[in-house]
Parts: sequence; C-alpha cells; structure tokens
Amino acid sequence: MKIVIIGNGMVGYKFCEKLLAKKGTQSFELVVFGEEMRPAYDRVHLSEYFAGKSADELTLAPAKWYVDNGIALHLGDPVQSIDRVHKTVHSFKGITESYDYLVLATGSAAFVPPIPGVEKEGVFIYRTIEDLEMMTDYARHARKGAVIGGGLLGLEAAKAMLDLGITDTQVIEFAPRLMPRQIDDAGSNTLRTKLESLGLHIRTNTNTTAILGDDRITAMEFADNTKIDVDMLVISAGIKPRDELAKLSGLETGHRGGIVVNDHLETNDPYIFAIGECALHKGMIYGLVAPGYDMADVVAANLCGGAKSFTGFDMSTKLKLIGVDVASFGDPFVSNKDGRTIVWEDTLKGVYKRINISQDGKHLLGGILVGDADQYNMLLQTCKNKVVLPPNPEDVILGARGGAVEGGAGVTSLPDDALICSCESISKLDICQAVSEKGCETLDAVKKCTKAGTGCGGCVPMVKDLVNHTLKATGKYVRNVLCEHFSYSRQELFDLVKVHELKSFDAVLDKLGKGDGCETCKPAVASIIASLWNEMILQKGNATAQDSNDRYLANIQKGGTYSVVPRIPGGEITPEKLIVIGQVAVKYNLYTKITGGQRIDLFGAHVSDLPAIWEELIAAGFESGHAYGKALRTVKSCVGSTWCRFGLHDSVSFAIEIEERYRGLRAPHKLKSAVSGCIRECAEAQSKDFGIIATEKGWNLYVCGNGGSKPQHALLLATDVDSATCLKYIDRFLMFYIKTADPLTRTATWLNKMEGGISYLKNVVINDSLGIADQLEAEMQLLVDNYKCEWKEVVDDPALRKRFNHFVNAPEEKDPTIQFQPMRSQKRATEWK
Amino acid sequence: MLTLDQTMTWFTACRVEDVPENGGVCVKYKDEQIALFHFTRREEWYATQNLCPHRQQMALSRGMIGSHEEEPKVACPFHKKTFSLRSGECLSGDDYVIKTYPVKVENGLVYIGVEE
Repeated sequence: MKIVIIGNGMVGYKFCEKLLAKKGTQSFELVVFGEEMRPAYDRVHLSEYFAGKSADELTLAPAKWYVDNGIALHLGDPVQSIDRVHKTVHSFKGITESYDYLVLATGSAAFVPPIPGVEKEGVFIYRTIEDLEMMTDYARHARKGAVIGGGLLGLEAAKAMLDLGITDTQVIEFAPRLMPRQIDDAGSNTLRTKLESLGLHIRTNTNTTAILGDDRITAMEFADNTKIDVDMLVISAGIKPRDELAKLSGLETGHRGGIVVNDHLETNDPYIFAIGECALHKGMIYGLVAPGYDMADVVAANLCGGAKSFTGFDMSTKLKLIGVDVASFGDPFVSNKDGRTIVWEDTLKGVYKRINISQDGKHLLGGILVGDADQYNMLLQTCKNKVVLPPNPEDVILGARGGAVEGGAGVTSLPDDALICSCESISKLDICQAVSEKGCETLDAVKKCTKAGTGCGGCVPMVKDLVNHTLKATGKYVRNVLCEHFSYSRQELFDLVKVHELKSFDAVLDKLGKGDGCETCKPAVASIIASLWNEMILQKGNATAQDSNDRYLANIQKGGTYSVVPRIPGGEITPEKLIVIGQVAVKYNLYTKITGGQRIDLFGAHVSDLPAIWEELIAAGFESGHAYGKALRTVKSCVGSTWCRFGLHDSVSFAIEIEERYRGLRAPHKLKSAVSGCIRECAEAQSKDFGIIATEKGWNLYVCGNGGSKPQHALLLATDVDSATCLKYIDRFLMFYIKTADPLTRTATWLNKMEGGISYLKNVVINDSLGIADQLEAEMQLLVDNYKCEWKEVVDDPALRKRFNHFVNAPEEKDPTIQFQPMRSQKRATEWK
Repeated sequence: MLTLDQTMTWFTACRVEDVPENGGVCVKYKDEQIALFHFTRREEWYATQNLCPHRQQMALSRGMIGSHEEEPKVACPFHKKTFSLRSGECLSGDDYVIKTYPVKVENGLVYIGVEE
C-alpha cells in the first residue's frame, strides 16, 4: 500500500512513526512532501531556540531516520495539486506520485490581521525556525518591541523577545483579557500583574489600526488614537489552518477554514485523511500538538487494520509562561446553572485558583490555576476520574486547615486506571506494578521501565509519590542514606569521618563515597567536618563544599547581595559599638534592621565589600555572628536581676557566657537559645533549641523547642541546677544532637523521631545511660577550645579575601545587575521575577 | 558536546589558579556574565551563563557543583535548582535551559569560547 503524506511537521512526522510502529508484517510505501527546508522539528519548544537550543537539537528525527525506514522525503517541495480521479499528487519541483491513501498534515499558518503596514521591515510572525533566525538578526538593532496577541502563542513570542534582549516589550491584545480561551478575567488580571512585574507592558482591549514607518516599522497606532514607538513587531494573533490545497482539490472545508473530517479523520474523499491543525473536527480546530498526535495515531491504526475513532480531545493544559505557571483543565468557565465556583486569590504572591464543582459539591468539573499550578496533576486526575471531593471541596486547592489530616485527595485515592502520565499513557497501576513486581525502587528506575514522566515531565512529582507510597506499602525498608554519593546515614558518616580522621570533603568522598558529590552531601559533610574538628571552614578545599552562605560567610539575599550580622552576645551592646554599626551601615549603604534574636542585621552588601565591612567591624571588637551557618545563632536574654524588679538571677551574664561558649558551633541545623531571669519568661526560652529559666534555687533547662513553621514548646530536661551543671548538661545535649541527627533536622524534629522521647534523652544526658557523657563533654571542650572568628581569618588572609570578588577578571567592579529601590528612608532589594 | 564554527572566538578569562578547586567564579565578557567552573575531581572545565533563569539572579558561579550519576551539574545557591553543566538543561524538573560555553586551558590560562 502506498501512502503519500503532505506536510512534514510534528504531526506528519508522528504519523510516520506511528505507522512504522504498528505495521507489523504489512508493507507500506511512504512518501513525504515538506514545504520547509529541514525535517520536522519540535515547534512547541521553539522559544528554547533563543535560550540556547540549536536547530539540530529541536529536530525530531534526522534525515537519516527517514532513509533508514525507507521513507522518501522531499523537503522544500510543497505539493501543488491533487488529482483525486487518478489518485496522484504533483509537486512544486515537478514530481508526480501516485497514492492509495493520502494524508494531509499541512498544519497551520500564522493569522495576520489586515492592518495597514504589516508588510514593513521589522514585522515578523513567529512560526518557523527561519522566522526565529530572521528575528535574531533584526533584534540586534531593536530596542523597543511589541507583540500583537496576548494568547498562548503571543506570550511565548513575548518571552522570545525578552530572550532576545528586548526588555522593553509591549503585548497588545484585542480581547479584554490575556489568554481568553484558557482563563477568566480574574485569572488574567493575576497573570497580567505577574508579567508586568517582569517588565512587560500589557495593553488589552486594544485594536491596532496602523503600523507606521517608511520602510521599517517605527511606531504603531491604535483605535483610541494613541501611538507607541516600536522598532520590532511580532504578530502572533492566532492560527489559520492550511487548507488551500484541499480547497483547490475540491475537498470540503469549513467556512472559517479547516478541512472537514469525520471521527476517522476522513475527508469527504474516503482515500484522503486530514490530521493536525489543518483538520476541522466537529467544528473544532485543535491548536495543540497532543490532539494532533492522537489523530495521527487513529489514522495509522486504521490503515493497519484497526478500528479507532477520534472523539475529541481534552484541552486541559499546564504551561509556564515567562516563569509564571498557568493551567486550565476540564471546563474552566462553568456557568452558574451547571455548577458552583470556588475562587481563591492572593494578590500579594500573585496566585489565582478557581475550581468549578458540581451542584451537589461531589465532583470537580474544571478550573484555572495562575501563579501556582503545583496541584494541576492532582486536580486534573480528580476531574477526569470523577474522584469524590472531600467534604470541604476547597481543601483540594488550599489544603486542610485546622485539622491534623492532610488536605485533599492524595495519590492513594486515585483509581488504578487513573492516567498519571498522559504523554506516554501510563496509569497508576503501571507505576505501582513497576515498583512492586518489577523491582524498580527509585524514580529513575520507574521512569526507565515505564517511560512515565519522560515526556513533558509534569507528572514526575506524582510518580515520585507513587513510588514512595508503593515502597512503603510493600513493607520495603527505605534506608535513610544521605544521597547517591554516600550509602550512609548522617550518623554513620559522622562516626566514620571521626574514626578515619578525615578533614576535607574530597578526603571523605574518596574514602567513604563515590562520584563527585552534590548540593545535598557537600554541605552535610562540610558540617560534619566542622562539628568534629572546628577548623576554618574555607580551608583545605572545603570552601566549595559549603552552602553559598557559609562559603561567603554571609546570608545571600534577593538580588544577590548579602547581609551581615555581627555577634551581640545576649543582646547586650555598648553605645560605642552601636555607633560603629551605624557608621559602617552609612559608609557601605546598608539597610539596617533589628533581628528577632536581639541583634542588628545589615542588608544589601555587595559580595566584594564584605571583607572591608568586616575589617571595620572587627577593629571595633565585633566578631562573626554565624547568622549564615547551621550553627549557634543567638542566645537571647531578658534584662534579668541587674535591673528588673522581678529578676531572680542575672540572665544577661549567663546568656553571654553561654553564647561565648558555643559561638561558632556547627550542627545539623541552626541552634537558638535564650535565658530568662524569672518565670515571666520574657526571653521566650521555651521556644528555643535550648532555653534556661531562672528559679528560686537555680536554673531550669528546657530543650528541643522550636518556633518556625511548626512551633513546639521545649521540654523540661533538668530542674533547679547550678550554672556549671547546666553548662555540662548543655554540652552533652548539644554534642549528642550533633552526632545523631539527620542533616537539616532541628532539635525538635530530632526529639520527635527519637524512640523513648524526652525520657530517653534525660537518661542519656543526666543519668549517662550510654556511658558516653564524659566523651561528649570532652568533644565539646575541643570545639570550644578551637574556636576562632572565621571572619577575622578571612580579613587577615589576602588569598581568602580574593574569593569575595564578583568578577574574577575585573576584581574592582561590582555586579552591575544589582539594583535597589528606596523605601522608608532606606533601600530595599528590587523584587524578583 | 559542541559544534564550533568560524564565528567562535576565544577570550582569556583568567588563570587556572584564580578558580577555586571544584568551584566557580564569575567572568565578565563585555556585558555578559559567565560562570566558569573548575571541576577538579574530574579535571574538567565548564562555563555557563551566570544568570539563574528561575528568579533571574546572577548567582550560578556561586553555586555548588557536583554530579547526578555521570552528569556534571551546578545548583543555584538561591533555591537549589540544578542544571547540567554539559547541556545546560535544568535537572530539577523545570523547563529552563541555560547557555553553555566551550572552555579550553593553554599554558595555565583559561579561555572561554563565545559566538560573535
């Protein structure tokens, strides 16, 4: 059987691929005519061309693939006419081919509205790689850009303009809102605000009446008589199906374009099919690739003797437009009589969520997500599979609030046949079976085995959840190892590093791990080394194993500047030192704020200014506050018995003593402490990792409290102890935590996971049930004795100071992209994204 | 990994010892900022754009490098988005692709190739 395919776009290519996969022992002769000069490429990811992808990388299959599969490919040779009587086609270059079946995959062209001046130089459409190449050339001389069309393609084109460096770009949309086919007015407003914050100018309700300029475009004029200056314009206002050839051949077409097809994608000539964006099915043109692939599949299957039909396609979609998530699924615009609507909007973060539910509140009919589409997969599945909604349906977008149970329907509630990966048609059952029966125990193994998550990747988080859930359900022991480079838990690794006396990340990796390390194990191992030996963290090649904050001994903030926090033990500071902080802040133009831990934070420091700032602070007697480290932060105190009429003991002096004892101590996570002078608890010691409260007879020591996202009160460890005993217990407690906790686990979580809880901990720390108390104290004493201010070491070492330059080849220059805005007589970082 | 054509020019970025072992520095080339990495463990050099596409921050040169299986990668210090140092592809599930540049070392000097 001989099949001629007209069109070598994504759908035309997919048809060949599907036919080859399905043909079995049947033999087909395939001839393909393509208008463009290159074989089919990935038009969906066209904008990545500007982000660095080459034309070759976008190609779906090289010319060789066609040769290897016996397909005759004629590129740059559009078919000019079809002779339906003799069943032949005739091409531009003069080739005549006969066919048994003809497949039209002619796709679509950009719709260009008839505006006077569209022919001017500098006006582009956004459709092919050639268009992109021409845009790239022209963009070098353009500064002010515009895009006509605020739909999906228009916004893609706007992204392309930004990628081309034309940051002053306007998007012009005729309709009253952006993406009118996918989202509603409120969603459009949220999207608009987000995009405007990125620097795009957006005009809706705007009708372009003229494109001005002599030969080149210089300006655009609108129906309201306003004008803007424009050097370069991209028109991306929609598509029109390429049906000229079909019309010429007497095939039935719709009055607004498109080749009319039935459920088998047959035209009114039973030997001719139409698929993709040129096909008009039940009054619909599908401008997405997925339905086109589905059509290719139907025709290929039927030509191989199958009996498939195309019955329409779900247009649910999720995409990232210029970094903003936008998704719509099911019926995004349900009317009041068909369903109810729940809307949630956060104008601060720029998030809009709408779900449409059935009148009885049981089923999800559709919805819109802008700004945060993390729940898209779950919602789409809930909608498609008619999963019954929880009693408070808003939980599916907001999570359960106030109760202990997880909100919404998790992966476990989905039926086995729920389609998890729609690109590769993989169901929940397929994934669970890969784990339970085929022994795939990691996400990567499941991806390889089932192909789930290998297409658009959108379902990967769900696949991961399913893998973990199935592993647990089958009773598999999930060993708590650090990462792919170390098959040890942190506790095991801590002991091994100590036994082998390893002092650099590379030494640890060579001895105990494999590969090259990663952003998970590097800081974890660096922390272990620091907790064991307390040597300068930027030496011995360990600098690049530190998390960015530790590597620059400062906290990276929005915009790429750093903040500086000098240690102010117990929150006590002299007026002279306060003045120095003020002077430094003025000199280096820093924003100042009092922290929650009774210190002063100086924001907005250029990385290259850090050593000089610290040089001045150290000269005035300050030292590092370790605000950047997983280390002891601050020991907060109330004013205590020296001034307070209720105070029982001198809480400030004890806080200073504690802070100076444990300063610089590195741990699995940050450590906070406080000392209160009486039970009024003004220092909030019971919310700290370790907190001390004065009693009539001494001190009460509380441990494992936490503020943060899950506040937890500290628990009483020891009662009415004297200062020395209190410090001894803290030594043991902290060292035991440092040795046994998982990475990035605060003391509260560590205790929550500990078998036996606080009574076990009391036994270890106070009753020495493990017989390690002396060892713990000795280890802590070593760390205390080895303490040095790391900022002083940097300031005094020219080689280390050099690492704080922003440009290696222009050390005197600062990062020119850093920008500030004024706010309340100080400065603030410019908002990102 | 790369296709070099006639339009590639090599500029001198810095000396080998200017780049920390298994770490990166930021190199200025005209108005571009390029993150240059010396992957000492594998004795390999890589260069990418310095801008992290996620929040548009000039930060990748300050990121930690490492590997996922065989793939060399860098993690942005801001939100730990990781990118392949070879292809520039985002490895943490987003659609970003960052630009990569060829690097060569001759006589102790590091050169980065840019398209003119």
